[in-house]
Parts: sequence; structure tokens; C-alpha cells
Amino acid sequence: MTLSIRDRLKSGEILVGDGAIGTMLLAEGLLPGTCLEKLNLEEPERLEKLTRSYLDAGAEIVLTNTFGGSPLRLALYGLAEQVEEINANAVRAARTAVGDRAYVCGSCGPSGRLLQPYGDTSPQTVLESFERQMAALVGAGAEIICIETMTDLTEAALAIEAARRVSPAIPVLASMTFDPTPQGFFTIMGVSIKQAALGLARAGADVIGSNCGNGIADMVRIASEFRNNTQLPLLIRPNAGPPRLVEGRPVYDDTPAIMDSGFHRLLELGVQVVGGCCGTTPEHISTLRRTADRFIEAQRTSLHAQT
Amino acid sequence: MDILERLSESLRIGDPEGVARLTKEAIEAGCEPQIILNHGLIAGMTIIGDKFRTHEIFLPDVLLAAKAMYAGMDVLRPILLRDDIPTLGKVVIGTVQGDLHDIGKNLVGIMLKGAGFEVIDLGHDVSPERFVGEAQRIGAAIIGMSALLTTTMQNMSKVIDLAQQRGLRPQTKIVIGGAPVSSDYARQIGADAYCFDCISAVDCAKRLVGV
Repeated sequence: MTLSIRDRLKSGEILVGDGAIGTMLLAEGLLPGTCLEKLNLEEPERLEKLTRSYLDAGAEIVLTNTFGGSPLRLALYGLAEQVEEINANAVRAARTAVGDRAYVCGSCGPSGRLLQPYGDTSPQTVLESFERQMAALVGAGAEIICIETMTDLTEAALAIEAARRVSPAIPVLASMTFDPTPQGFFTIMGVSIKQAALGLARAGADVIGSNCGNGIADMVRIASEFRNNTQLPLLIRPNAGPPRLVEGRPVYDDTPAIMDSGFHRLLELGVQVVGGCCGTTPEHISTLRRTADRFIEAQRTSLHAQT
Repeated sequence: MDILERLSESLRIGDPEGVARLTKEAIEAGCEPQIILNHGLIAGMTIIGDKFRTHEIFLPDVLLAAKAMYAGMDVLRPILLRDDIPTLGKVVIGTVQGDLHDIGKNLVGIMLKGAGFEVIDLGHDVSPERFVGEAQRIGAAIIGMSALLTTTMQNMSKVIDLAQQRGLRPQTKIVIGGAPVSSDYARQIGADAYCFDCISAVDCAKRLVGV
């Protein structure tokens, strides 16, 4: 793409992200419990096809299938030695699907370990794990790093540091997952939105926000609280509602129509990167695209009216 | 402040050195080990559990309190063993075969230990043979199974079937938990109970062993 994402975000542009990968693959019949990242080695064409459907729906940022692609996570499946190949293949699959019509963004989920003193994993171990994954992603051509579904601010900061070590200039999106409690929104590790906003900014993220864990209504509340606590561009990726089990498979009930007014509200709050997490589909992104286009057009018209 | 209250407080702030020291002091002062366990350590862990349930505190506080509790248990255990003081019962826990998620299961283990159960944690990806074999070997009162995935939860019924075959039912109770399971599912597969979280797991385990 010609303009850098950094410039586009700085100028206040809205960028539409993609929807879920994991729940789409499960809906296609992949068994829960299989290592999703193994698909990068075995069937990259399936990922290409899925990512192309998000591109066709209007996504400008597509995530790689590397959520659990850090060596610490892959080790659970005995795949730690294949970190480089797994992450590079995912970037290639996404790139083949979108060419230069969308940004390829390397997804990095949590290590799955508890850091000292709560658990037994050292910060250095987590830092090195992220660094190795991100080096593979960036080396294969990822243009953005997305650190997502974080619940521990220390781990999120380590991931941001790892991204900066790999590439001082790469845009870093960092997003955390909150639970609603009677006292407000907190991650399971007890991080408030204010703490997340300050901590992620201090660690050097370019875009901050939240993904997963909540449907659109709570995500609007989360976005609004982030807005009150940061000047940085915001990223929000809601789930398509809470999962419901039908014959042993998770089903997400929020249709694109149900989520649409919430998407609009997110844009009104100034959220610049909007996409979907678990349960969202190309249809959701297509609806989001139309709403974003109308919103951008209305903004332009009112700007003209003012000048 | 009473030494047991200080012990409970020291546990709640997650101070393992303080808990170990106060446990020793309480023993030297002539407190019954069972009283130290119930009114010091378990009392502290119960408050932690309640505050976690109401979101007043979060996972890190629970983990630090649990570490502090273990420091106290290390001091107390030899005495409890010497005096032959029984635990509330033996519980075998694990995440079912094919499932690698264990944070929820670990929390259940922490809270059960905190409540006075003897917990044998088999880890994750546990086969039916290991669940049942271990329960049989040690004479477990309860088998606790966890699953985070909709396919792996189906392995729970294999454990129940094997326990049935080996003649462990109904004396060994079977409890399940995890994001995709429910009380309906527990009924469907013939488990004795479903627990929503680590706090209700403690209440449930106590009920099943009759305390």
C-alpha cells in the first residue's frame, strides 16, 4: 500500500480490520483442540481463502493465523522448533490473499504462562518467546504487529518491547481483554482500562484497545472509557456476542444487523481500527465496511459544510 | 490482635515469610495444629476466595495468597502427619485428555488445598486410565475434571465409564468444570456435580464428602 499506516492513523483515518479466523475454521469442521497454527504448515490455502473473503468484505488490515504462534505456546504441541516456518507461512498465506490491497498484521496472543511472582515464568523467557515469533513474522513481511487478548499488563509490555527490538519502526497494536464486574471493567489479572491505557502507551504501543471477551454493547462502554484515558488511536474488536453451545460447538448469535449500531457508535467515539473477534464472519465485516464508508462520507460532507 | 488473625492477614497480603513465621509461633505458643489450619490458613483463604468471587481482588492476589498458604502448610504438614490428623479427603484433579488448558484447574486445586483437602493434581492432557488408576490407588473421595474445549469435554464421560467399570462408583464422586460444560452436561454424562468456579468447587467438594 502506498500510504504508511502510521500516517493514515495520524490523520485520523478509519481502518477496517478483519473478523475471526479460529471460530471460522471451527465452523468449517476443524476440531477444537487441534493446533490452529499447524494449518499454516499443512493447509495454507485454507487460510488464504478465508483471508481473501475478509478482503472482499472490505478489510484493510488482515491478521495472520499466529495467535498461538509463540514458541512457548507451540511447545504445548511439540512444535516449538517450527516457530519460524509456522509464522512465515502464515504471513505468506495472508500476503498471497491480499497482495498490496490490505496490510498484513502479525497476530501475537498471550504466552499462556503466569509471570513471576504469580507463576514460575521469568520475564526474560516471555520476552524471548515473543521476540522469536515477531522476528519470524516481520522477516516474512508482516507490516504491523498486533498483540492481542492480553490480561497481564506486564506481559503485554514485554510483548511491545519484543516488537520494538525486532523493528523500532513497525506499528504496534496492543489490545487487552476485560471482564465486566460490579466495580467496572477489569482483566482477570485485575488491570483496569485506565491502567491498560496508561501502561500500553508507556510501553510504546501505537494503537491500543480491546478485543475478545465481550459483545458489542460492552465494547462500546470499554471504548468510551479508553477514550477518556488516552490520546492514542483506539482499536476495538468485539465478539459476535457470548458463545452458546449447540451440539458441542460454540455458536455466536449476534448477527451483523445486531452489531451494526454498535459499530457506528464505536466510530462516533473515534475508534480508528474496528474489526471482529470470536464469532464474527465476512458478513459482519461487510456490514462494518458499509457503516464505516457511510460514516467517513458523512464526516467528509460535514467538513466541507464547515469550510 | 490474636496470632491466628495475624496469620490469616499475613496470608491475605501474600507474605510467605510472615505466614511461615506466624505458623511456627502459633505452634510454639501451644495452638493445636488443626486450629492453626482452620482458623489461620483456611480462614484466610476463605476470605480471599470470597473477595475473588465478588471481584474485590483478582487472580494475582489469589495466587500470592496461595503461595503464602503453602509456606504455612510446609510448616504444619509434618505435625499434622505426626498427629495423624485427617484431611477433608483426597481429591484427584486434572484437565481431560487432549486439553492443555490448566489455569482454571490450578485455581480449583489451590482453593481445595486451602479448604483442607488433600489434592493430587495430575496436570493437563490426563487420560481416563490415569484419572481412574490414580483415584483407585490413593482411595480418592472425589475426581475433579476440567475441560476448556467442546471436543475434549466429551472425554469426561470416558473417565466416568471407566470409573464405573472399575467399581469406583458411587463411592468416588465425580465433579466437572470448565467453560463449555454445565449442570445439564453433568447430568447427561452421569457426573455427581458441576461447579461454576473455584469457589463453588470448594462448597461442592465439602457437600460431597459430607462436611
